[in-house]
Amino acid sequence: MSSVAFVFIAILTLAAALAAVTLRRLIHAALMLALSFLGLAAFYFFVGAEFVGLVQIFVYVGAVAILIVFTILLTRRETETTKPLHWFAGGAIALLVFVALAWAISQSPALAVSASPRPSISVKQIGETLMTGYVWPLLCLGLLLTAALIGALVLVMEEKR
Amino acid sequence: MTPTLPVFLIVSSALFCLGLFAALSRRHAIFILIGIELMLSAANLNFVVFWRFHPTPVEPTGVMVAIFSIAIAAAEAAVGLALVIAVYRHYRTTNVDKLNQLKG
Repeated sequence: MSSVAFVFIAILTLAAALAAVTLRRLIHAALMLALSFLGLAAFYFFVGAEFVGLVQIFVYVGAVAILIVFTILLTRRETETTKPLHWFAGGAIALLVFVALAWAISQSPALAVSASPRPSISVKQIGETLMTGYVWPLLCLGLLLTAALIGALVLVMEEKR
Repeated sequence: MTPTLPVFLIVSSALFCLGLFAALSRRHAIFILIGIELMLSAANLNFVVFWRFHPTPVEPTGVMVAIFSIAIAAAEAAVGLALVIAVYRHYRTTNVDKLNQLKG
């Protein structure tokens, strides 16, 4: 049962990602990207990290995908100049990297571990860990997000002529 | 039976390579950003899966790293898309092949 669900989620995620990188129309690609992020959230639910799955849906599907759609609507549609050579070279390099990674994964003896019983991790536990052991990274992250927001605003501000 | 660790890693490396393919071969700036987002997501999946297959996954370390990484990816997407809009205002194009001079 669970392996059937795994195969279904894997095919959904990878097919949506493939569509996102190969479709011609940008807006279709952005919607496929959102679907692929939903598949990844399903993966997180599948391995028992429910909170990460929810964060993935909120941040990626709710914010990043919508941000990409807004950017597409704010810029003009234009024809892409991707030549067949580009497709071929990029595809060959990506395929080579995939073959190398798959070979390394299949050869590594350290990865042959069996799954421990499904961990149950509550939001309370995550919150306590965030506020005790990870409080400095959390503060730095808040600073980083503020700086990134201000930086993004400054970048898109109209220049006075 | 549940899938084993190498199966998960194969899926995440396939996702990474799809993102790499988009970042290398597309000529539209937003497509390149989409590829980078896919690569980041593949890394997140690896963090969570390695945490799941740890002998004692009681400490939520992998989950923490994944949450921080998602937040950083959100900041990166916001700044990247703002850059795309700024470049588009200046050059009236988002095709990275036409952006061939630093001084506009």
